[in-house]
Amino acid sequence: MAFGGPKKSGPGGRGKAGDKDAKGGDKRRGGGFFRRRKVCKFCADKIDDINYKDVKLLMPFLPERAKILPRRISGVCATHQRKLRTAIMRARQLALLPYTSE
Amino acid sequence: MSQRTYELIYVLKPDAPEQEVADLHQQVADIAARMGGTIERTDTWGRRKLAYEIGHHKEGFYVLEVILGSAELMKEIDRRLKVTEGLLRHLIVRVDESTIKAERARTKRTEESRRRRVARGLPPDRQPGEGPQGENEDDSGDMMFDGADMEA
Repeated sequence: MAFGGPKKSGPGGRGKAGDKDAKGGDKRRGGGFFRRRKVCKFCADKIDDINYKDVKLLMPFLPERAKILPRRISGVCATHQRKLRTAIMRARQLALLPYTSE
Repeated sequence: MSQRTYELIYVLKPDAPEQEVADLHQQVADIAARMGGTIERTDTWGRRKLAYEIGHHKEGFYVLEVILGSAELMKEIDRRLKVTEGLLRHLIVRVDESTIKAERARTKRTEESRRRRVARGLPPDRQPGEGPQGENEDDSGDMMFDGADMEA
């Protein structure tokens, strides 16, 4: 039981917000299978500096229509979503990333 | 006059002759020299596909310059680039603050991890052959782990 044990979450608001999110989602749709727990990619990979030149890093956050993926889906924490947004907007100015597709 | 670190990226037309690229670089260098700045690093990315068309061009020639200088200097460079023909895009970003911040976050994290490891009676640094980094370690405090990652 993945969610049975006591939570080991870090101190501070970031961890708590993530906890609440994942738990709530589980209760509502708890019909047989587990939804994969959402973890901020940048916290997990310990990326402090989200750089606008790193197109490979930013690409997964722009789905087909090239709109920025919302946090509620990607699970990125607020701090990193803010940085991600800035980076994507800069990259768009330089035509490294699209504003829109089609 | 305070010295700050800036990144300047500009995108030229893909068919720009080498001479033009060199000229523009020289122009930037001249302005920098005149106003007490230096170019720390020049990185020519070369031709790259654009994410969207700019004036019927599908490709662009990218150049990145890391410049040490004052705000006035960057203002002047920006003004000059704005009136330069044959330039598709340019962007100036101040980078020193974010680098310092990232550095600080990294030190804080390693210190925290060391403190936790010592508290658990382990040597402060990871030993070779201690298993994979991070994921299910208690000493990575800012990570949230509850076992659900196992399925991945």
